[in-house]
Amino acid sequence: MSGMPTPHVEYDLLLPLLIVFGTAVIGVLFEAFVARRARYLMQVLLAVGGLAAAFAAIVAVGREVPAAGRIAVLGAVAVDRPALVLQGTVLLVGIMAVIFIAERNVGATVAEGPGAATAPAPLTTPGMDAFTPQASAAPDSVAELDAARAGLIQTEVFPLTVLAIGGMLVFPAANDLVTMFVALEVLSLPLYLLCGLARYRRLLSQEAALKYFLLGAFSSALFLFGAALLYGATGALSLPEIGEQLFAHSSDPLALIGAGLLLVGLFFKVGAVPFHSWIPDVYVGAPTPITGFMAAATKVAAFGAMLRIIYVALPALHDQWRPLLWVISVLTMVIATIAAITQNDIKRMLAYSSIAHVGFVLTGVLAAIPAGVASTMFYLVAYSFSTVGAFAVVNLIRRSGGEEELDMSRWAGLGRRYPVVGLLFSMFLLAFAGIPLTSGFISKFAVFKAAAEGGAAPLVVVGVIASGVAAYFYVRVIVLMFFTDSPADPPHLVSPSVWSIAAIALCATVTVTLGVLPQPLLDLAATATQFAH
Amino acid sequence: MNPENYLYLSAMLFTLGATGVMLRRNALVMFMCVELMLNAANLAFVTFARLHSQLDGQMVAFFTMVVAACEVVIGLAIIMTIFRARRSVSVDDANLLRG
Repeated sequence: MSGMPTPHVEYDLLLPLLIVFGTAVIGVLFEAFVARRARYLMQVLLAVGGLAAAFAAIVAVGREVPAAGRIAVLGAVAVDRPALVLQGTVLLVGIMAVIFIAERNVGATVAEGPGAATAPAPLTTPGMDAFTPQASAAPDSVAELDAARAGLIQTEVFPLTVLAIGGMLVFPAANDLVTMFVALEVLSLPLYLLCGLARYRRLLSQEAALKYFLLGAFSSALFLFGAALLYGATGALSLPEIGEQLFAHSSDPLALIGAGLLLVGLFFKVGAVPFHSWIPDVYVGAPTPITGFMAAATKVAAFGAMLRIIYVALPALHDQWRPLLWVISVLTMVIATIAAITQNDIKRMLAYSSIAHVGFVLTGVLAAIPAGVASTMFYLVAYSFSTVGAFAVVNLIRRSGGEEELDMSRWAGLGRRYPVVGLLFSMFLLAFAGIPLTSGFISKFAVFKAAAEGGAAPLVVVGVIASGVAAYFYVRVIVLMFFTDSPADPPHLVSPSVWSIAAIALCATVTVTLGVLPQPLLDLAATATQFAH
Repeated sequence: MNPENYLYLSAMLFTLGATGVMLRRNALVMFMCVELMLNAANLAFVTFARLHSQLDGQMVAFFTMVVAACEVVIGLAIIMTIFRARRSVSVDDANLLRG
């Protein structure tokens, strides 16, 4: 039995991943052993500290790794520059997400209801602002009210978030199909649960969790069957090996169907039309901090995995996947833009806008030249900061009961009453629209330029027209906020903690800075186009 | 026996599962259909491992089983909370989110 060699594990290269997963495991242990009063503070500190340490480790690994990248753990994980840039983005977004999640008792009051007479209720709840005090209690039940009054906190949210972030770190770095599948599940499973934990409108939230779960499980089953067929066609699981083998089997129907199913699984995750139907519902139903986190970090991770599959495993099938991406990109840009125009719910509008952005990113992905990879990564970084910021602002506009005000018509006059918030939100919207001097303009310009150089000029025309139309519904919100009279009983602004303000300010700064001084990040993205083989 | 027959069986199970997810309206049944699809992928992996005379495919089957077990935990938890709130697990009743 001594014939089996011990595998060599490069702990130094894996340090960021190990820190994040270690943080998640310690967080779970905190749930079991730390007293309830101390739990919230310890979980927040642990999560933020762990993620910050992992970010420092990413920077350290990035200095050490050669430009061609390295392969770790017997070919399971690729540590190369594209993966490191995307992982760094996921971690920064993750830290901000934890800060927004940790926000507590922003103007929330315990609702009157059954059982309210039996116990004197305090006016404000000490629980977490966006999350239900007890996920297992049925919505609007006495048990739920009791939990809210007792100040229970569902602190499991933090380890779950950190676990999802861990999956997102492995996903773009996975170098074989098994690792990629496991990472996909590790990032998805906690998100399914987190979607169902909203404090207000809990039925809606649970419904969103159910939809996300069923469609997500369906898409990962498609992904897995695609992986099985690719394995059958090539006899290999590692992506570089599949890439080599496919040159010999490029007309094998097994390989084609397998690659197709694999990509469909990824299209589901990023939410490209026609696999987008879950996005609006889930984004509306989920607690807003989670929505912002999903919209930014999941997309970064999933696009990272898609780039790796396309550029490392499927170069032999270039003539086959390119038309597919063409069609999906055009459909996504056009359908999402048209659907966004008709929305009256602010979160739903942002959801459709995020689908439209998937179409824009895809134009960079299908350029199939290094500039395509670089522009895609710039787009992902810029977009994720604006998105997190936009959803964080949405989270601050409340009705008198403490619930978020999502009806767009009731946002009228908001910018006049709260100029700073109005300006911030307008800036994020202008970045989404791609107006010059915001990050959105540079990123759109970069992907369209790469697409044109890669021979997809017609796609650029569609993209530009779609952005023009999209500008209409972003500007409509701005006009509504600044040039329309407030309704009676208008929504009010709640003041968040200093940390949240700092995070929103960071998002705004990045959005403007990348619009005015994009060169450092463009250079970084341009050096990070080589995938490890 | 020709191992390719297992591939046909696997393709059939996968198609049945996918059709079930799209046509059935009960969340539990849809979930079972997803599990059927995962098992079909497992069968394909094991068969291909046999065809290629490798062990890699069989190893994947174990990973899939663990992942499927985790998915059951999460899925049943979500379906249970929905059932407790509305006494029904039909996805047609879960229609608050529309548009």
